[in-house]
Amino acid sequence: MWIYEKKLERPMRVSRPDVAFAKLVITQYGGPDGELSASLRYLNQRYSMPTGQAKALLTDIGTEELAHMEMIATLVYKLTEGADPCDFQKAGWGGQYTQHDHGMFWTDANGVPWTAKYIACLGDPITDLTEDMAAEQKARTTYEHLIEQTCDPLVKDSLRFLWEREVVHFQRFGEMLNDVQGFMCEHKWTGEDMKKG
Amino acid sequence: MVCEEQKKMLCRLQEMEFVAIELNLYLDTHPCDEEAINDYNCAVKMIKRLTKEYEEAYGPLMHFGMGGFSKEPWQWVEEPWPWEM
Repeated sequence: MWIYEKKLERPMRVSRPDVAFAKLVITQYGGPDGELSASLRYLNQRYSMPTGQAKALLTDIGTEELAHMEMIATLVYKLTEGADPCDFQKAGWGGQYTQHDHGMFWTDANGVPWTAKYIACLGDPITDLTEDMAAEQKARTTYEHLIEQTCDPLVKDSLRFLWEREVVHFQRFGEMLNDVQGFMCEHKWTGEDMKKG
Repeated sequence: MVCEEQKKMLCRLQEMEFVAIELNLYLDTHPCDEEAINDYNCAVKMIKRLTKEYEEAYGPLMHFGMGGFSKEPWQWVEEPWPWEM
């Protein structure tokens, strides 16, 4: 069960609309290392985790990533607010206006639509937690590339918050990887043993 | 339109909820840290108080019976939505 909270995790602000930057930041909405990929990856991996702690962490970080997806959507919404078809064309994002107008759609910065191929679930907790740590680093790098490409101090500030969350999540996944490795050593755990209960 | 007072109240709630999120994730990997559990429980108390104050002024923050009471007419549909603020 999920409950919606009628507020963002943190305010997202822009100084002025900037369609060209919206075209780039959309990748954190529906790109390979974006927030949709992150939330679905973690929430989906919960079912094959061996400990209560690992199930909790994936639930909590997966839920926070859903909140981040809404924050990125808010940025795109504000960066395109009031833009007309000509503004989209000038920004090289006429394709967005043609197919979606001001509607939100999950693509990367090159217009490639979101696909489940972006996320992995091998069912092996060590493999999956290692994948999650890599995912956090890829998201961190993408946020750095985005921050380098805007001069708007409010947009930079908004993106820095999300950048910092990737660093914290990486830290927690690292701690969980150690914990789960310890658990598996103690329990001589293999996939087959786990299925037998 | 959103008044400055509403933004201010929401901001205080967001700050305290951020404290709770951070402690929550930390406790997932450090479940025996008594001091952090105490801090988390303090944050919960503050969030409950701030949420109640905000909801009494501006309507429910959560749906499906998990938020506060609604005045008439149904306050959940009131704008602005979060991305519009």
